[in-house]
Amino acid sequence: MTSISSASPAFTGKDPHNRLFGPLPDVTAEAGYDEDHPARVGFFTDTSVCIGCKACEVACKEWNTLPMDDSHGTRDVIGLSGMSYDNTGQLGANSWRHVAFIEQVRTVDLPMPTVGRPGDDPRGSVLNAEALTEFDPQTGQSGTDKQVRWLMSSDVCKHCTHAGCLDVCPTGALFRSEFGTVVVQGDICNGCGYCVSACPYGVINRREDDGRVFKCTMCYDRLTDGLMPACATACPTQSIQFGDLDELQARADARLATLKEQGVETARLYGRDEDDGVGGNGAFFLLLDEPEVYGLPPDPVVTTRDLPAMWKAAGKAALMIVGVAATAVFGSRRPR
Amino acid sequence: MPGLGASFGRGGATNFLEDLANSDCIVIEGSNMAECHPVGFQWVMEAKARGAKVVHIDPRFTRTSAVADLHVPLRVGTDIAFLGGLIRYVLDNDLYFREYVVAYTNAAAIVGEEFVDTEDLGGLFSGFDPETRTYDEASWSYEPSGQDSRTDDPGEAAEQERSEQHPDVKHSDRAQAAGSGGPPIPSKPHRDETLEHPRTVFQILKRHFARYTPEMVAEVCGIEPEVFEQVARWVTENSNRDRTTAWVYSVGWTQHSVGAQYIRTASILQTLLGNIGRPGGGIMALRGHASIQGSTDVPTLFNLLPGYLPMPHAMQHQTLDEYCADAAGKGGFWGNKRAYTVSLLKAWFGDAAQPENDFRFDWIPKINGDHSSYRTIADMIEGKVHGYFLVGENPTVGHPNGRMNRFGLANLDWLVVRDLQMIESATFWNESPEIETGELAPETIGTEVFFLPAASHVEKEGTFTQTQRLLQWRQKAVEPPGDARSDLWFYFHLGRILRSRLADSTDPRDQALLHMTWDYPVHGETRDPDAEAVLREINGTGPDGRALSTYVDMADDGSTSGGCWIYTGVFADEVNQAARRTPAREPGAVASEWGWAWPLNRRMLYNRASADPEGRPWSERKKYVYWDSAAGEWTGADVPDVERTKRPDYVPPEGASAQDALAGTDPFVMQGDGKAWLYAPAGLVDGPLPTHYEPVESVVENALYAQQASPTVERIEGPWNRENPSMSEVFPFQVTTYRLTEHHTAGGMSRTLPYLAELQPEFFVEVSPELAALRGLTHGDYATLVSTRTAIEAKVLVTERVRPIRLRGGQVVHQIGMPYHWAYSGLSTGDSANDLLGIALDANTHIQEDKVSTADIVPGRRPRGPELLEFVESYRRRAGVGSGRVGVNGRAPVAEGDGDDQVT
Amino acid sequence: MICRSEGRAFGQPDPAGGGSIDGVKTWLDAWPVFRQLTGPDPLGRGRAARSRGTEAVVSRTATADRVAASVCPYCAVGCAQKVYVENERITQIEGDPDSPISRGRLCPKGSASKQLVTSPTRVTKVRYRRPYGTEWEDLDLDTAMEMIADRVLEARRKGWQEVDGPPENRHRVNRTMGVASLGGATLDNEENYLMKKLYSALGAIQIENQARI
Repeated sequence: MTSISSASPAFTGKDPHNRLFGPLPDVTAEAGYDEDHPARVGFFTDTSVCIGCKACEVACKEWNTLPMDDSHGTRDVIGLSGMSYDNTGQLGANSWRHVAFIEQVRTVDLPMPTVGRPGDDPRGSVLNAEALTEFDPQTGQSGTDKQVRWLMSSDVCKHCTHAGCLDVCPTGALFRSEFGTVVVQGDICNGCGYCVSACPYGVINRREDDGRVFKCTMCYDRLTDGLMPACATACPTQSIQFGDLDELQARADARLATLKEQGVETARLYGRDEDDGVGGNGAFFLLLDEPEVYGLPPDPVVTTRDLPAMWKAAGKAALMIVGVAATAVFGSRRPR
Repeated sequence: MPGLGASFGRGGATNFLEDLANSDCIVIEGSNMAECHPVGFQWVMEAKARGAKVVHIDPRFTRTSAVADLHVPLRVGTDIAFLGGLIRYVLDNDLYFREYVVAYTNAAAIVGEEFVDTEDLGGLFSGFDPETRTYDEASWSYEPSGQDSRTDDPGEAAEQERSEQHPDVKHSDRAQAAGSGGPPIPSKPHRDETLEHPRTVFQILKRHFARYTPEMVAEVCGIEPEVFEQVARWVTENSNRDRTTAWVYSVGWTQHSVGAQYIRTASILQTLLGNIGRPGGGIMALRGHASIQGSTDVPTLFNLLPGYLPMPHAMQHQTLDEYCADAAGKGGFWGNKRAYTVSLLKAWFGDAAQPENDFRFDWIPKINGDHSSYRTIADMIEGKVHGYFLVGENPTVGHPNGRMNRFGLANLDWLVVRDLQMIESATFWNESPEIETGELAPETIGTEVFFLPAASHVEKEGTFTQTQRLLQWRQKAVEPPGDARSDLWFYFHLGRILRSRLADSTDPRDQALLHMTWDYPVHGETRDPDAEAVLREINGTGPDGRALSTYVDMADDGSTSGGCWIYTGVFADEVNQAARRTPAREPGAVASEWGWAWPLNRRMLYNRASADPEGRPWSERKKYVYWDSAAGEWTGADVPDVERTKRPDYVPPEGASAQDALAGTDPFVMQGDGKAWLYAPAGLVDGPLPTHYEPVESVVENALYAQQASPTVERIEGPWNRENPSMSEVFPFQVTTYRLTEHHTAGGMSRTLPYLAELQPEFFVEVSPELAALRGLTHGDYATLVSTRTAIEAKVLVTERVRPIRLRGGQVVHQIGMPYHWAYSGLSTGDSANDLLGIALDANTHIQEDKVSTADIVPGRRPRGPELLEFVESYRRRAGVGSGRVGVNGRAPVAEGDGDDQVT
Repeated sequence: MICRSEGRAFGQPDPAGGGSIDGVKTWLDAWPVFRQLTGPDPLGRGRAARSRGTEAVVSRTATADRVAASVCPYCAVGCAQKVYVENERITQIEGDPDSPISRGRLCPKGSASKQLVTSPTRVTKVRYRRPYGTEWEDLDLDTAMEMIADRVLEARRKGWQEVDGPPENRHRVNRTMGVASLGGATLDNEENYLMKKLYSALGAIQIENQARI
């Protein structure tokens, strides 16, 4: 759950020899795949067209046969969360897609007086009116006195260019697939949980009654059959778009430009920048507000960024890590 | 839907979902499309991406509002006022599509002198009988033009007209029988093409809507005049030769005491704007279930036979001649009613139906009143109904007034429930809330219950008719598990057993059963009947025994058969056309080879109107169906909704009938006069024009007329169905009910599924921060809602998305939002929202007003057990309504004071 | 550099490996550390880390015996579905991208269709509650059908009306008021048709549907 700010003093800039940080044009080749490997794929989640239907959550659970929240399939443990229409809460071992709902309201300084009605208390006015453009034209509003905006966004594993979970996994349970995605191998994972704290987004998590960790695989199995991931297949409004990452990036840039043109000043891309703390994301977003509003870290940095520097400085430490890895190997035989 | 039927001639959505992508402006009103039809909503988003304006008019700020360009939070139950205001705006500012209006509507028709409008009668039209609370529609008629009364038998037709006005006939829902065809009109009207004559429909419209000013709209609907102006501007700027606006509605309109008139108002507006029958225009009726449209087309409805033929009425239709008299000589495709009816009788009774025995018309049972489901429930409580089949329906949760529904079920001899899961309507006898209150007890309930498991949609083959009249065939993927069977299996084998029981009977009442055609091929171990054979029977066959390809080929001499004439063509060329799955080449295009749409595979109805009277497209941008003079036929993207070779300049000769009586400029081919009806001289029981009435349960006084609520509202009286008085301090808040994306109606198909249940795990209500403060409600805690029916509890979501409305004079109207999916069974549970509601019906449709009612809300959980009864009774006392106490199983009312002794 | 291994125990040759040279090579290739040290994935995060399970991954859409063309049973948009069947069990239901209406997309309810049809709480046996009974009982389907047929005939008889109406306005109606029916709007057209036909032939008129609601 750690997120490190890139403003940290430890940040020393780009190191061309650091393969755990900075832009990486071909993450798949970096992971040892032949030159003719498939293009890196990803998700572009355009929250400006999300209608919060949660089809992504359900389609994901159906395809990946994920359990209900409590993993027994009998009773929802969370109950009514009270967080708008979000009763899933967050991404976790059993929820690989999660739709956040953010209700925003703001009082408006009226540019014009309300219709003069005797007896109306302007402060207490609860009358409703024309959509103004204070939020932006992409979102519905109502009210001259108050404007309401309801943001929805489907979150998912970011499939980072530099994936902390992958870098720290001592057993090789996490791997980079030929599609450039980051996937947990259930037949390897021993449930050590290092990856859980290594993820700057708090995505990967352990399933309580199972012990192992689980997260979005970008439907690795479906990709091998030439299909799109279940969530992107279901998404009614194409808020979740799947495809070759470079194409998605171009599409996202164009979409952002269109929105800006329409005066949607609040629109921004998140996870698109290859120079960010995780080398850019395989799953990135178009947001209509600050990332924090959606529960996303504003400036995530891969937790293993400084690993090479540390090793250079301390060979002993490296040996120790080898030792740790060996321990993990022998200690990881899970009874079946 | 009579609202559409009486306006355009057919009761189906006029366009198709994909066509919304071609809209320049989309108004979603009476629908929460993004939540309830998310996948269809992609076409709204597509249109928006292409630059269309999207307006959502709804009391609540929903997931639809969240992505709209404008949300208009009007007060619940005031849509007619809003739409009426738009009509006035269009007329006053000369923004209507004049050429379209003159040519294609009845604007020029002259109405008889006897008609008196609501303007002059305090909110009533002429012809109202306060005793029966019904209208005599005679005074609403057109002024007859005299020379061309086309009735073959004037005496009989006149008699039909007279009986049409009898209250018993009215109650039988003649309006809905017009679902696919205009109601009968006696003669063609005089017309004034200049629209200047004071009694033209056009001038009557102007006067009728004169008082719906922006200020009045603002006052009634509780919105700023500027908001109204914004909508008016967007709509009118996007309605002309080059541009079109679409209107989208759903049960947010139908479930009102004036629901049909909501749809009529939109129909008038869209017609004036020239948006009907044109790409990107139309009125998109969004049905709520997989085959709602199909269940009306091939109806399991008391007042209809297949294809919107009315059920014969005892007072009017003792013979086939009487039944068909209203169509004799009538213009439009209803002129062939006799051919459709005879073909139906041949499909049902085969060789037993012959000309000499009136094709066994007498075997069809007759109706003589309202036999709709709510009336039937009341009859059950009185012990008048002995057996009941619930086939995929869960009325104790999904219908208003669950308590009354449960009392009904408790007084049957037997009940058959067919469903996938053990639904509440099957467990009412030992798990319902009335067990806890002591009003029901298993030991006192004599109802024998059979629960028969049903096959799911992938375990049987057949067709659904979805929202745009499209039939899509489903293949069977696997066999159903255990005892589960399709409903086709159940009814086929039930019929088979019944026929074998009565095989030797000579009783006349058994002859229909014994002689009906019932020899469908069966397959497999379970002897499943062949659904394709049934579909072929519905399609019909010709004299050569081959499947018909069009209903135009149906004859009235018994040489053709066909179980539902509007579906004729679905098996054309002996091919199951509904099973076609040829994709469209580009998004939003007319995919003519995907499934099959009635009528005759037309995807957009009335598409003749997409061309001008001469047959040319109104504009290149909105080109759709047009006349190719070189080829001498209509052509374009869709199947023309006009005879393919009927010239635009065709003028019907004297004495022509049916479709031949319509001119080449008449796009509304089911209407007797070929026109869209701005004014409905017949067909609706509550008026020829829409009028704003307050809901039956309203906290606001009608600002427009002295008449508070609709004068024709149908009520079902009883201690189990009390009505909250309007403007009562006891029930000071409005309540509206709705669905959530994550659940489906009464919940049997969603509360039982972990993946859906966890997304919306508990029953909740939505209230504004202002109401929460007023009543001391806490976000996340329980609140109790009370009506004269009962009290229920729900978790509270306090949200700014719900807004109180301040009216002129300072009255603040608080609205409570209440999704209705819950009950006591399943993985996600809660009290049932519908238990709170009463039953008051739109007399046109017998559909209940459950989109708006009143209640009180207080913090905390509701009382349990018998204390709940006293709690609710105290509210009734304070509100001055009759007691709701009932005797054992709800059978008899109980006098005040001695209730406790009787309910054990 | 990072040195990684995987959870499989050392020294357990792949059964397919046998004892040949090739077998040894295969066995060595199967050992991630070997792959990591000799291959192009020195960090052991990609190709070298692939497990046996990963190599064996196959989409269940690819192994289905057949795919049935269906339509979602929830709302009225009519989204086309593809129903994957393997060993007579439904393994997946998803949108059919060919549909001009839905373009392969489904809402959460449509996406939960497989759970709808494979739900463990689905009732698959006839249940019977006798009058004044306090428990459900078992009942054979054929017996239930016969019992229902008996009751239909009896209720029909009890509610039969040859004529109806007040004395001055009496008309032949030829019907029964003893049997009523209410269907959901997820019934197929063919089912509705047989229902209306059978009920009408029986003389039952209180035949209704969710479409009214």
